[in-house]
Amino acid sequence: MTALLLIPLFLPFTAGPLAARAIDRLAPVAALWTLTIAATVLAGASVSALGALVLTGLLKLPVFATFGELVHPLPTPSEAFVLPAAAAATGALTVSAWTLLRWALRQIRALRTARRQADRSGTAGDLCVVDSPLPDAYALPGRPHRIVVTTGMLRSLAPAERQALFAHERAHNAGGHYRFLLAAELAAHCHPGLRRVRDAVRLAAERAADEAAATAVGDRRLTARAIARAALATHASPSARPDFASAATTGPVPLRVAALLSPPAQRPRMASWIALLLAACAAVSACAAATGVIAFHHEVEIAQGEARR
Amino acid sequence: MNDAKDERRPAGELEASVMAALWAADGPRTPGQVQADLAVDLARTTVTTILTRLHDKGVVGRERQGRGYAYFPVEDAPGLTARRMHGELNRGSDRETVLARFVARLSSDDERVLRELLESGEQ
Repeated sequence: MTALLLIPLFLPFTAGPLAARAIDRLAPVAALWTLTIAATVLAGASVSALGALVLTGLLKLPVFATFGELVHPLPTPSEAFVLPAAAAATGALTVSAWTLLRWALRQIRALRTARRQADRSGTAGDLCVVDSPLPDAYALPGRPHRIVVTTGMLRSLAPAERQALFAHERAHNAGGHYRFLLAAELAAHCHPGLRRVRDAVRLAAERAADEAAATAVGDRRLTARAIARAALATHASPSARPDFASAATTGPVPLRVAALLSPPAQRPRMASWIALLLAACAAVSACAAATGVIAFHHEVEIAQGEARR
Repeated sequence: MNDAKDERRPAGELEASVMAALWAADGPRTPGQVQADLAVDLARTTVTTILTRLHDKGVVGRERQGRGYAYFPVEDAPGLTARRMHGELNRGSDRETVLARFVARLSSDDERVLRELLESGEQ
């Protein structure tokens, strides 16, 4: 039973490399859905497994065994394994709960600030212009959906490029992309192995909005140029924060630009295999967690004298 | 004349485009100048109507110029607060936000790759 609970804890690490491939092979919207669902299932399975491990450990302690009305000792593999595993699981759950709470509070504060700022600044249609020299633009979910753009960003783009930017942000709002980002972010806080999947979800959301923008303005090259110019302007702005974690690998922006500059991809047959592998990964993880938790529940009932072996 | 091509876009989108053109400009713009600054094809009368509507809402100001008006964006009086809030927003790591930003931060490698891509795109 306990061994079964370890599967959902290790499988998320295999999802990272798969997610990177899914971005290359799947159409952006398909990748967005596949990756987000896989991340959510994997996160749920790993949290359930951790929870079952914690309970196993607790019921080994006499105090909790009495509290849980156990009349027999809980049948588990050697205590030399179960107790450290339970302690580690408790630690992992506590740390994730703590970072998740801090992250959620920070997000709520940031969203409130963004909304307050949008309400105060000049609004025309769905556009809020923030008078700031720092080039920045984002889609602000809520009622009504808004797109927030700084004057610094407006001034670094040509008129046609501004249309591409607006189309991109409107695509985020129309597609409800913040829901995907939120789910992926929650998943990444549940299991460190899912951080790479989270990054892939973010890239998929941007790619989906890029493609929608290219269709809306009818020009892939123009959309690519708008993204590149905006990124370079942001990079050049003197007050931009230093990038301490400057990655050696190519970041998301050049990938997006390159994807727009190349002709619309003919999806190879590999695409369905990647989606299938991700689905299998999530399914195995969910089944292992469910079986493990059910087995654990059964063993508790045996220990309580309510069920027979 | 392909004036009417973009007239059927939603009114909100047209207002947004006109507003963006005003903010991107250096000084007050006449409807004719705004029309030239737009990437969407609009009749000048449409641009004038949108500018009048924005003026009625109080988000743009206008001044007499010749026989018509020149329009400019109204900066909110506490523009400083907006700037401060923007700074506040910027402080959080943008890798971990649910706000979908247009562009993520670049590494210096990214910058080089981007410039190369742009150059190859221009040809």
